[in-house]
Amino acid sequence: MTMRGPHFTQALRFGAGAAGSVNRMLRRVFDGGMRPQPATDGSAAPSLTLDGVSAGYAGQPAIEQVSGHFAPGTLTAIIGPNGAGKSTLLNVLAGLMHPQSGSVRIEGAEPASIGTLPQATAIERAYPISALEFAALGRWREFGAFGTPPYELLPEVMAALQTVGLPDKATVPISDLSVGQFRRLLFARLIVQRARLVLLDEPFAAVDAQTTEDLLAVLRGWHEAGRTVIAVLHDIGQVRDMFPLALLLNRRVIAWDATATVLAPDTLAAAGMASARYDPRAGQLRLVPG
Amino acid sequence: MRALLLEPFWTYGFMRTALVACLGLALANAPIGVLLLQRRMSLTADVLSHAVMPGAALGFLVAGYSVLALSLGGILAGVLVALLASAAMRFDTERSEAPLAVLYLMSLAAGVLLVSLRGSNIDLMHVLFGTVLAIDTRALVFIALVATVTLLSLAAIWRPLAVEGFDPLFLRAIGAGGTVFRGVFLLLVVLCLVAGFQAFGTLLAVGPVLLPAIAARCWTRTLHIQVVLAGLFGVLASVAGLLASFHLNLPSGPAIVLAGGALYGFSLMAAPLGRHASIPILQPAE
Repeated sequence: MTMRGPHFTQALRFGAGAAGSVNRMLRRVFDGGMRPQPATDGSAAPSLTLDGVSAGYAGQPAIEQVSGHFAPGTLTAIIGPNGAGKSTLLNVLAGLMHPQSGSVRIEGAEPASIGTLPQATAIERAYPISALEFAALGRWREFGAFGTPPYELLPEVMAALQTVGLPDKATVPISDLSVGQFRRLLFARLIVQRARLVLLDEPFAAVDAQTTEDLLAVLRGWHEAGRTVIAVLHDIGQVRDMFPLALLLNRRVIAWDATATVLAPDTLAAAGMASARYDPRAGQLRLVPG
Repeated sequence: MRALLLEPFWTYGFMRTALVACLGLALANAPIGVLLLQRRMSLTADVLSHAVMPGAALGFLVAGYSVLALSLGGILAGVLVALLASAAMRFDTERSEAPLAVLYLMSLAAGVLLVSLRGSNIDLMHVLFGTVLAIDTRALVFIALVATVTLLSLAAIWRPLAVEGFDPLFLRAIGAGGTVFRGVFLLLVVLCLVAGFQAFGTLLAVGPVLLPAIAARCWTRTLHIQVVLAGLFGVLASVAGLLASFHLNLPSGPAIVLAGGALYGFSLMAAPLGRHASIPILQPAE
């Protein structure tokens, strides 16, 4: 897994004519039927519709009967107390988990243009790969499992690293990056992927304030570019300031509306929650059942 | 010196055959071992090597010491257990390695039982520990075939395997498969273990797969250099083990595995990453 210099890449290109058909065949067999395709930016943003979705482990669903609609181009925060099923819901949206019942319909996005940021613990950080190579993987759907990352991708990947504030880390192995820098790198890969639907699970957990601020700016950029963005968050301050829509989850949908409405005491009372205490110091939302 | 190092291979045909067999195995085992370690699958490899045993034992019951029967039985049993293992891991919500341990013990027990049905204690020793020096031309051809298939397949799917190894969710999330690559990789692991089974037996076949790779990991973090080093270490351990077994009249398989272990010990002391390689690399704090 290396991205090589221009000479090597071009040499491979010249040889690619004969190998092209073999390559195409391999892709059909291995790449999950994926065809190499250029990433497009312009088309309409995707929308998601959930219909009675329950998911989780057998016998003990983490979420139950979740129904609703994420409209194209919206920016939604999923909030709720610990164990509310937020991550489960996000994994179901990302297709990483199958619902036990109900259905998720995604319009306007094939799996390759869904950018998912699961909780970062899943990634083996000791793996010897540079930040540049890691970010370039975002465009996997273009070169597939058997192609070489095209050399033309380089400026775009460098620009993405610049955007997330890692312009001088291109050649650094990912094991040498700090937690915050690695989170920046994950955002760079999402940028390179040109994802039209972005799903983030606690993207700012355990990250310093400066990194959070910079990455929130990236997120705002995605929203302004008309992409559909859904993020699981626990910092209610961020949600209030940045997210027009909020989905309050506690195994079921408690409220799903404009953020101000969702966080209003009336909504919470109507939903059977006696109070929602927002502790500004911890930035935590605590729900107390009535 | 010459008598010590060259004479045995020069004079005796069986030593030459054994050497070629070990070299072929070392080539195939190097990338497989490195990838297994990178994916933290050394226990899985252990299980698969034992899984080969009941199949090979069935082959032995039917056809005696036939390379074809032993290998075919071994491959089928290995694939079956690989499938069972992934199913068991999926059903076990604890995400523990317990199902693997169950499969490992059951395979070993079933294998010993099957061999004892007809074979003698010598047959059992043969199945458990192998005999490098009794390898014939057919076994040699099989090893060469496995090495070729392994190296060519890995060359083709190296990138997705590597990516799937350190970020399994990424390929799944963008809908680019991942499961297929893992399946092919497991099949290659089984093939290599079956090829090694003739020489090292079911208990030691994992040795030449893992030990050179573990030693190589002490020297560098870069994956393809690890593969080259693991190949070199594998060859070195084979030569050293075979010579030791010739001069000191030791069983060859264990001698080669011990030589591999000694190489790891040396790497641990001498290599720059040595003492850190076996523990997870610490994440720099914020």
